[in-house]
Amino acid sequence: MRNRPLAAPDATQADLHLEKRQNLLRLVPVGDWNVAQSPRLDLILQGLRPDGAREAEIDGRQVDELDSAGAWLLLRTKRDLEQAGVRVRSFTLPERYAPLLHTMEAENLAPVKHAVRPRGFKYFLERTGRGTMHALGQGYAMLGFLGRVTVEAIEAILSPRRELPVAAFVRQIEETGLTALPIVGLLAFLIGVVLAYQGADQLRRFGAEIFTVDLLGVGFLRELGGLVTAIIVAGRSGSAFTAHIGTMRVNEEVDAMETMGLNIAEVLVLPRVLGLVIALPLLTFYADVVGLIGGMVMCYFDLNITVPAFLRELQSAITYKTLLVGLIKAPVFAFLIGLVGCFEGLRVERNAESVGRLTTRSVVESIFLIITFDAAFSILFSILGI
Amino acid sequence: MSDVHPKSEVVIQVRGLVNAFNDKVIHDHMNLDVMRGEVLGVVGGSGTGKSVLLRSIIGLNHPTSGSIKVFGMETADVDTEDLKGVQLRWGVLFQGGALFSSQTVAENIQVPLRRYTHMSQELMDEIAAMKLSLVGLPPDAAQKYPSELSGGMIKRAGLARALALDPELLFLDEPTSGLDPISANQFDELVRSLQQSLGLTVFMVTHDIDSLRSITDRIAVLVNKKIKVGTIKTLVNDSDPWIHEYFSGARGRAALAGAA
Repeated sequence: MRNRPLAAPDATQADLHLEKRQNLLRLVPVGDWNVAQSPRLDLILQGLRPDGAREAEIDGRQVDELDSAGAWLLLRTKRDLEQAGVRVRSFTLPERYAPLLHTMEAENLAPVKHAVRPRGFKYFLERTGRGTMHALGQGYAMLGFLGRVTVEAIEAILSPRRELPVAAFVRQIEETGLTALPIVGLLAFLIGVVLAYQGADQLRRFGAEIFTVDLLGVGFLRELGGLVTAIIVAGRSGSAFTAHIGTMRVNEEVDAMETMGLNIAEVLVLPRVLGLVIALPLLTFYADVVGLIGGMVMCYFDLNITVPAFLRELQSAITYKTLLVGLIKAPVFAFLIGLVGCFEGLRVERNAESVGRLTTRSVVESIFLIITFDAAFSILFSILGI
Repeated sequence: MSDVHPKSEVVIQVRGLVNAFNDKVIHDHMNLDVMRGEVLGVVGGSGTGKSVLLRSIIGLNHPTSGSIKVFGMETADVDTEDLKGVQLRWGVLFQGGALFSSQTVAENIQVPLRRYTHMSQELMDEIAAMKLSLVGLPPDAAQKYPSELSGGMIKRAGLARALALDPELLFLDEPTSGLDPISANQFDELVRSLQQSLGLTVFMVTHDIDSLRSITDRIAVLVNKKIKVGTIKTLVNDSDPWIHEYFSGARGRAALAGAA
């Protein structure tokens, strides 16, 4: 019976004795031929040369312990000797290992082949081409998905018979909006503080400290509030959409829905996208307010601008248009985040790795799209003269 | 561990095991001995805690109280990191195979080899090929990813990984569930022949009464929060209604008819 101590790999409990008499090579393995010893035994056996011997004997009667790794090494040696033209005239092992040997000898052992990775310029070209086609295909599929979601959304809203899954929709507003309040508030407050501090530092040189308020008001309401909120939500909720829908795909839940005749776009995508379209403008407004408060606190301590003075200056600096220009972008950002998050989630294959890969991709893509669209909005507004 | 009575050596010793979740008691002072070289089948109705028992033994679940010794080492109350000594000596086949999805089958088998030995890549490749062949998978399965395998192949690949370090003790969690009867029979035969040729002790949780008949030496039935151990012959005449129903129901009778 095997009774293996916790052998350290370097413990010298196994060895191979070699005896050479004229044309006969005798191999006498002794000790524990097990997986722990096999790296060392492998090295010994690799150095074995027949050296002109015509016949060989493998005498394993002194082997104390043998497992499948050890048996493999001995069988491999026997095979290698035979291939080198040496006749192995006996191969003996203790009787108790007969079943193991019998099982192992019956196997057709082909070593694992590693796939050769191609290299070179041709391969580089091929990969570039594949990558380009993949990116184009991705864009095309995304466009198709956008179309499907748009049609579904309009139908769901217009058709009285097909109701929106209201409970899921409300829960999404809660999950993406309400629970994001602390983190969005904290970050907006800090950015307000930083913006006020940096602005004050520069403007003080011109004696124009009071315009810090204008900088804050316009900067936050037009750009920063919306952008920061959208990026936080892309990292927070966009990734959650992809991971959740992706895991549902791994569990075949999405397939189950499809076979029941449920509409994936309606059940999974619409509540998320529409929930976010409601939640993100609200979050943006909240971030605007908190950011301005952060700036106001900084102005009070750093520039001694009192709260009434701050509010008076703010009122003259901004109009309701400034706020609207910022807020109008929020539903678009929300739509982008929701769309990309759900799209990538539905592309997950049935393995854990693809959930991680596509979640990463979903966040990167939505932040990329948010900033691109923000730039496009800036150009549009400047053309319109807003 | 003594060499004097190898046949009667206790490999797994469970004493007074209690598992309770939120006041719901699953195991109530349970005792069990698993002997070296035997195949023990563990059966029980749904929710009787078969998997909890398995997870407690391999140290994934900390029981409420009681002692579990594997190779004489306490596993119930230590972190899994401290179990390295015994982890080298057991292999576990999880119900779903639990193959690492980002690695090929060959790489999966080589994970424990890489972790615990310093083999050359060539030797690891040879050993992976040998294990694949032992569990009856074709050589080209080595370079496949788990997502490219069928359910039966995943179980076999999982078994190959569990056998990577030539363990003395093998845990199988419902090895034949999800397999068609022919594949299940082949898997049973595979486990039996590996058990005999490698001298394994096998702890097998199963629902498959055919497996119980064909490969187990003893059967542990989880019933009424306790364990009853016996052979099929003794358990058929057991007074407990669940055990009686299990072995005397239509499925049980059909399976046992083949045993004669």
